[in-house]
Amino acid sequence: MAEVMRSETLNISNNTSSLASPELLHVLAVDDSIVDRKFIERLLRVSSCKVTVVDSATRALQYLGLDGDNNSVGFDDLKINLIMTDYSMPGMTGYELLKKIKESSAFREIPVVIMSSENILPRIDRCLEEGAEDFLLKPVKLADVKRLRDSLLKAEEGVFKNIMHKRELEANDIYSQLKRAKI
Amino acid sequence: MGKCMQGYLDEQFMELEELQDDVNPNFVEEVATLYFKDSARLINSIDQALERGSFDFNRLDNYMHQFKGSSTSIGASKVKTECTMFREYCRMGNAEGCLRTFQQVKKEHATLRKKLEHYFQLARQAGPKETARRSK
Repeated sequence: MAEVMRSETLNISNNTSSLASPELLHVLAVDDSIVDRKFIERLLRVSSCKVTVVDSATRALQYLGLDGDNNSVGFDDLKINLIMTDYSMPGMTGYELLKKIKESSAFREIPVVIMSSENILPRIDRCLEEGAEDFLLKPVKLADVKRLRDSLLKAEEGVFKNIMHKRELEANDIYSQLKRAKI
Repeated sequence: MGKCMQGYLDEQFMELEELQDDVNPNFVEEVATLYFKDSARLINSIDQALERGSFDFNRLDNYMHQFKGSSTSIGASKVKTECTMFREYCRMGNAEGCLRTFQQVKKEHATLRKKLEHYFQLARQAGPKETARRSK
């Protein structure tokens, strides 16, 4: 039996669901307006999300460890499931933040949602082209946040189901090998 | 929301009230407090910029963009309307229009502040069994 087992490496994926804790999405919200920060934080908490709020794109990059100073914070430790950022911010805009995130190998998979008080079609197109998940007009509605949350939870559920299915297949594979070796 | 608030606050204010619950019973007042602190700062900045006499319309528009943004988030409809007018005058480079409209912004802002102070006072005083009656 030992012979058979050693020739096969169990390759159960280490990619567990990236949820911060069971059923809880962790959202990073970025906005330079103190009123909007309070508002989005409340919307997210009411929607049962864990929230981290920062007041600038620079701070968001610092938090993610993408600012060049500290790259040792691993993605696994942070487990951000969604980034929601205002578009118009002094210094680095939400659009520039979006680009930096999509350029990062560690964080490009995290969905980024842009929020803006201005309904400017070329702006919306530009953000979507750069890989934004969605573009929300301010003031953001609770329904928007719940919709985002639900689609992310569904996606995570899909990942989880795939992992379970893969484990089943691997378990079955080992079982049939054991049977053939007549253990 | 009573008749005295009509026109001054829109559906966004009601959205804020919906977010309030027993665990966070003062959420709306907290947002309002932040708003008035923030908007006072912006009013001050714009006042100073206008007093200097040199009309940097980009800068003024920038301040007003922020002011309009937070006014929108709290549902301050009249303030928001005046902010929009101000920004239009900025875009046209019309200094006279800016000065005039800014007086309106400040006026609406001050009125809203009084009304909300009164509103929150009533909300605090109203028990479950009694309705506060205040003579206007």
